[in-house]
Amino acid sequence: MLDKDVLEHGPRELHQNPLRKIWMPRTSNGLPQRPITQRRVCMTNCPTLIVTVGLPARGKTYISKKLTRYLNWIGVPTKVFNVGQYRRECVKIYKSFEFFRPDNEEGLKIRRQCATTALNDVREYLSVEGGQVAVFDATNTTRERRATIMKFAEQNGFKVFFVESVCEDPDVIAENIVQVKLDSPDYIHTDTEEAVEDFMKRIKCYESSYQPLDENLDKELSYIKVIDVGRRYLVNRVLDHIQSRIVYYLMNIHITPRSIYLSRHGESDLNIKGRIGGDSGLSDRGREYAMKLRKYIQEQNIKELKVWTSQMKRTIQTAESLGVPYEQWKALNEIDAGMCEEMMYEEIQKNFPVEFALRDQDKYRYRYPKGESYEDLVQRLEPVIMELERQENVLVICHQAVMRCLLAYFLDKTADELPYLQCPLHTVLKLTPVAYGCKVESIYLGVDSVNTHRNRPENVMAQRSTEDALQTVPAHF
Amino acid sequence: MKVVKCYISSDHLPFENWHTHTHTHTHHKKCSSVPQFCNSPTMLVMVGLPARGKTYISKKLTRYLNWIGVPTKVFNVGQYRRQAVTTYKNFEFFKPDNEEAMKIRKACASAALKDVATYFSKEQGQVAVFDATNTTRERRAIILSFANERGYKSFVDFLSQQVKFGSPDYADRDCEEAMVDFIQRIDCYRASYMPIDDEKDRNLSYIKIFDVGSRYLVNRVQDHIQSRIVYYLMNIHVTPRSIYLSRHGESELNLLGRIGGDSGLSPRGQKYANALATFITNQNINDLKVWTSHMKRTIQTAETLAVPYEQWKALNEIDAGVCEEMTYEEIQEHFPEEFALRDQDKYRYRYPKGESYEDLVQRLEPVIMELERQENVLVVCHQAVMRCLLAYFLDKPAGELPYLRCPLHTVLKLTPVAYGCKVESFYLNVEAVNTHRDRPGVSEQLLSLSDPLTRIQSTYPSSLMHLQRYFPHIRTYAKTFIFIVYGHIIKKESHKISKAHILLFVFDRAKCLSS
Repeated sequence: MLDKDVLEHGPRELHQNPLRKIWMPRTSNGLPQRPITQRRVCMTNCPTLIVTVGLPARGKTYISKKLTRYLNWIGVPTKVFNVGQYRRECVKIYKSFEFFRPDNEEGLKIRRQCATTALNDVREYLSVEGGQVAVFDATNTTRERRATIMKFAEQNGFKVFFVESVCEDPDVIAENIVQVKLDSPDYIHTDTEEAVEDFMKRIKCYESSYQPLDENLDKELSYIKVIDVGRRYLVNRVLDHIQSRIVYYLMNIHITPRSIYLSRHGESDLNIKGRIGGDSGLSDRGREYAMKLRKYIQEQNIKELKVWTSQMKRTIQTAESLGVPYEQWKALNEIDAGMCEEMMYEEIQKNFPVEFALRDQDKYRYRYPKGESYEDLVQRLEPVIMELERQENVLVICHQAVMRCLLAYFLDKTADELPYLQCPLHTVLKLTPVAYGCKVESIYLGVDSVNTHRNRPENVMAQRSTEDALQTVPAHF
Repeated sequence: MKVVKCYISSDHLPFENWHTHTHTHTHHKKCSSVPQFCNSPTMLVMVGLPARGKTYISKKLTRYLNWIGVPTKVFNVGQYRRQAVTTYKNFEFFKPDNEEAMKIRKACASAALKDVATYFSKEQGQVAVFDATNTTRERRAIILSFANERGYKSFVDFLSQQVKFGSPDYADRDCEEAMVDFIQRIDCYRASYMPIDDEKDRNLSYIKIFDVGSRYLVNRVQDHIQSRIVYYLMNIHVTPRSIYLSRHGESELNLLGRIGGDSGLSPRGQKYANALATFITNQNINDLKVWTSHMKRTIQTAETLAVPYEQWKALNEIDAGVCEEMTYEEIQEHFPEEFALRDQDKYRYRYPKGESYEDLVQRLEPVIMELERQENVLVVCHQAVMRCLLAYFLDKPAGELPYLRCPLHTVLKLTPVAYGCKVESFYLNVEAVNTHRDRPGVSEQLLSLSDPLTRIQSTYPSSLMHLQRYFPHIRTYAKTFIFIVYGHIIKKESHKISKAHILLFVFDRAKCLSS
């Protein structure tokens, strides 16, 4: 697949994109011709359709949402299509489990209709809107339904990957129902006991016609079968990189209750001076924070807490005060500001006004000269997230940009919101997974500090005045 | 608690890390860029009839784990048996009713287990791969109780499909004869074969691999290392393919003897890129993927190939931090201590505000994982990066990795073969500077900081050419001074040639001798 343009005219001149600092060849008409791909995660050319399989209350929606959150965070545009939601839009008021009876013709017609509508939206998302992965979240318990979906995928050039969740543990199912079903719009006007009873009958409607993925009959399909909430997995025919990453992710998550504590290091000497980056030690107030953090952690009485820091002095000093073992991760180091390391924003504006403006234009993708971007940070932090998923109670002592990336993962924030998330000094964020999301508690430990949060100024043009550029710089000494 | 940046000497290796001044119990852990994931050692137990690929997987997995920094070793019971029974006669040895042989085989397994215990307790091993058939529940029970008694975690790797074979037992047999005997050997095991039962063994941690890796059953993965092992096993394949490793063409900074930076290709570098394009075309590779770093010089090299390529930031050259774009003399001048430390432990040494080879390996792990998934790939990268990748494929330890030879304008073609990797080196006949700096070979005394001269002299790469552009008369000086340096310079005299120091630094010993 040789490129004639290059063969004829010789190698193309390279220009470095000023925002992302990526070298791209420029052709005669000034546009990048051949796809020069930046290594992000998804190297699939065809989009992927993930299809969930399983009885109700087996965690399909939980898995769908979590997987989608993860894939979006690592840069793979993903969306969930929950057929139950389509059904709720169609049948405004849910009466009872009778709707799901296998002999309810009217019900079946509506359900089939909803599935078709959802698939059409999937096609729209993957073929037109530039999505790369679509998660088709429904029971899909019959071979017939799955065959329909596969035909649809084949017609549109999508790869299919099934995620089946099998669970017979009554405790898990009961807990599931309490956590997510009782608050569902279907049962909002029903009392708890009645709701549970109805839901169990609903499950029964599916049981008789349930055809799980079979080792022999379905051996040509690509799938992962999650058994008993991850005690066992059966993986068949993983075709490409993205499927392999999905499998790895699913094998690392768990539902054991736990909390993740995110905190920055205590205020540092460079913080006080309004300088970014560097590797300075804690200020007096920073040390005070470390002591308060120790007290807080002790009071929380956390079972088997793991403590992680970066390899920079200020986080390690903070952890040292806790008096417990901790692990240093280089991956948790603050974003590398390259040539702007240890500068004040005023100095950056003075020395690199164009860079400063570019950063405000697209703070997520902007890479400091000889440094990193938030996008790079996310790549760097992926193993940290993976290990956080495996672990239980963890306290991560890190830095502003790093904490924003981690927070964005847990709270499902977009790339545009991520660089502006509020992560002030001397505040602990306690994240507790709940239902389909994450509960956040913000605990300010009462020690003063500078503010290091810089909002996006109104004027982001390169020719802006110094005043406009420095409009949102926080105060410092 | 005061935190000091210190260089830990003697029993520890010098590395740039923040370390506490007083030794708390937290710091018997190595402060590296890799968090420690193995608290208890792990035994990986292979299970499967002969010719299922157990040894292939054992060796490959061991190579991977060692490369990412988890000390791992294979204990192949067949090898113990070969040492005990020096000549293999025939399959009769494996008959289940051969009592004599049974005794020997049991003894071999015990010897291997004993060595596993030594490896964990005395040699700081973290993972031991117990490579044997382990086909009976009884044998597995012995191994598992051995592990439980000592607090080792165990993970069973069960292989069930037939693969090709090539074994030392059959080295001097005729192929067909060997095949017949081997099949009878397998039959000896088959009678007593008890595969892992999903019900009875449901509390074990195991992975079952079916159909050459198209299907897996994973049960009770306990911790991080097991999860990594599973992920790795699921990504490897046996489809024949080749991996081509090359550096970018010679760059402008290479010519100046400067490290790092982001310069473009020199004219010779461009010539190499053209030669590479011709080479690749002639190799006639099926479906070749081309990967580069984000740095100009690799991208320029790939551009010439006229095929699509992918840019990986992970393939960027090692970050030399404050030493970026310096020459080695400048580093010696400005950071003599750093320079010495680097020579003491080049693998773990981290440039100030930069990276170490150890950090590089961490960074490159996703690249390796994707290389395992892919088939034919050409990776256009950099010296330190190429060393790391090469060390992975050729199973080189951390001590050798930073000194592997990866010269400019040379393509290395790696083809997996049997249990290892065949390497073919293609020099594309375009001259380039030599950027390789050998491990200083001088004796211990001279490695002290006060005699950097000698070390520089013997290890500095040839930059004669570029210097001659500016100082054509420099050779005559060199002859005089070389004489002194060769005699192992005495400190006093070295002060006399203070200004000439600088001239001396740039001469490659070999070149001067010949002139």
